[in-house]
Amino acid sequence: MTTSATMVWLIIGCALVTWLPRIIPFIFVRNVKLPEVVLKWLSFIPVCILSALVIENLLDTESGKIVSLDWPVFITFVPTLIIALVTKSLSITVVAGVIIMAAVRFFM
Amino acid sequence: MTSTTDFQKDIVNTPDDSFLQGVKDCIPTLLGYISIGLAFGVVGSASGLSVLEIALLTILIYAGSAQFIFCALLLTNSPASAIIVTIFVVNLRHLLMSLTIAPHFTRYSMLRNVGFGTLLTDETFGVAVTKQMQTGKLHGKWMDGLNITAYSFWILSCVTGAYLGQWVATPEKWGLDFALIAMFVALLVLQLSSIGKNKIMHYLMLIGYMVVIMYGLSYIVPSHVAVLLSTVIVATIGVVTDK
Repeated sequence: MTTSATMVWLIIGCALVTWLPRIIPFIFVRNVKLPEVVLKWLSFIPVCILSALVIENLLDTESGKIVSLDWPVFITFVPTLIIALVTKSLSITVVAGVIIMAAVRFFM
Repeated sequence: MTSTTDFQKDIVNTPDDSFLQGVKDCIPTLLGYISIGLAFGVVGSASGLSVLEIALLTILIYAGSAQFIFCALLLTNSPASAIIVTIFVVNLRHLLMSLTIAPHFTRYSMLRNVGFGTLLTDETFGVAVTKQMQTGKLHGKWMDGLNITAYSFWILSCVTGAYLGQWVATPEKWGLDFALIAMFVALLVLQLSSIGKNKIMHYLMLIGYMVVIMYGLSYIVPSHVAVLLSTVIVATIGVVTDK
């Protein structure tokens, strides 16, 4: 259970730069009425950011010069997507996804 | 405890916006927090961090991707300035998430708003926007229940992982790293299924753009920057092409 002053300051620095982007909109939006076009833009953010996060994980940017699919993840992604579409349930999708991923890693 | 089907019904139909309902709505995301948290604890101790340092990182930074990158940069002896700037960029997507849900909480005090923002993560954001789409409103107590449950489980899992250290088998082998991806997939599907039939083609087109832009950007910038840039670009395309 040890640490150094430098490490504590580094962690505090990182904490500040992750905290500010999270809270600034909450403070700012209280005093300013956002224009219609900004609200419209924001309405697209959930689908955009969630799909970006999924795609980020499907791409393999590290093993070669060409960005390709991360095959084990992609092979797991397809049935997981189908399960999500059929069940529309967060918990079933997560549990099924983990089981399929474990199976894919076991056999590949 | 409710069964999974009851729970699903709860998300869709219950007008109950209590703290307890927030806790319940957090449950499906917990497997993600626990597996990623354990993995982080293990990676952290393998990177030479003490349990105290891992606990501090977890409590103060509270962002999985940022915490993993912190360890990676520490191992390559990066200067403090580089670590802080990278962490800032990696987590800048929270600015967009926060901006998206903040307008639903303006009726609460400044202090409570700072609280909602402080505990915002990819997962709680996903659950909150889905709830907002399905019920049309977000409540402070519900949000607190969701946030505090997620935060507690994250801290517990990371610290447990730190203690388990090298004795735990690699979490990837058990497919646990996929919990997070599966959750994003399910949240995306839930988002799309609450969008009206007339708009669905527009959204599918945007996801198509997203695939192309993410792929292209992956050659030029690190993937976390690609996530940020492509979200900004595609949301703008969304506004321009909206009828």
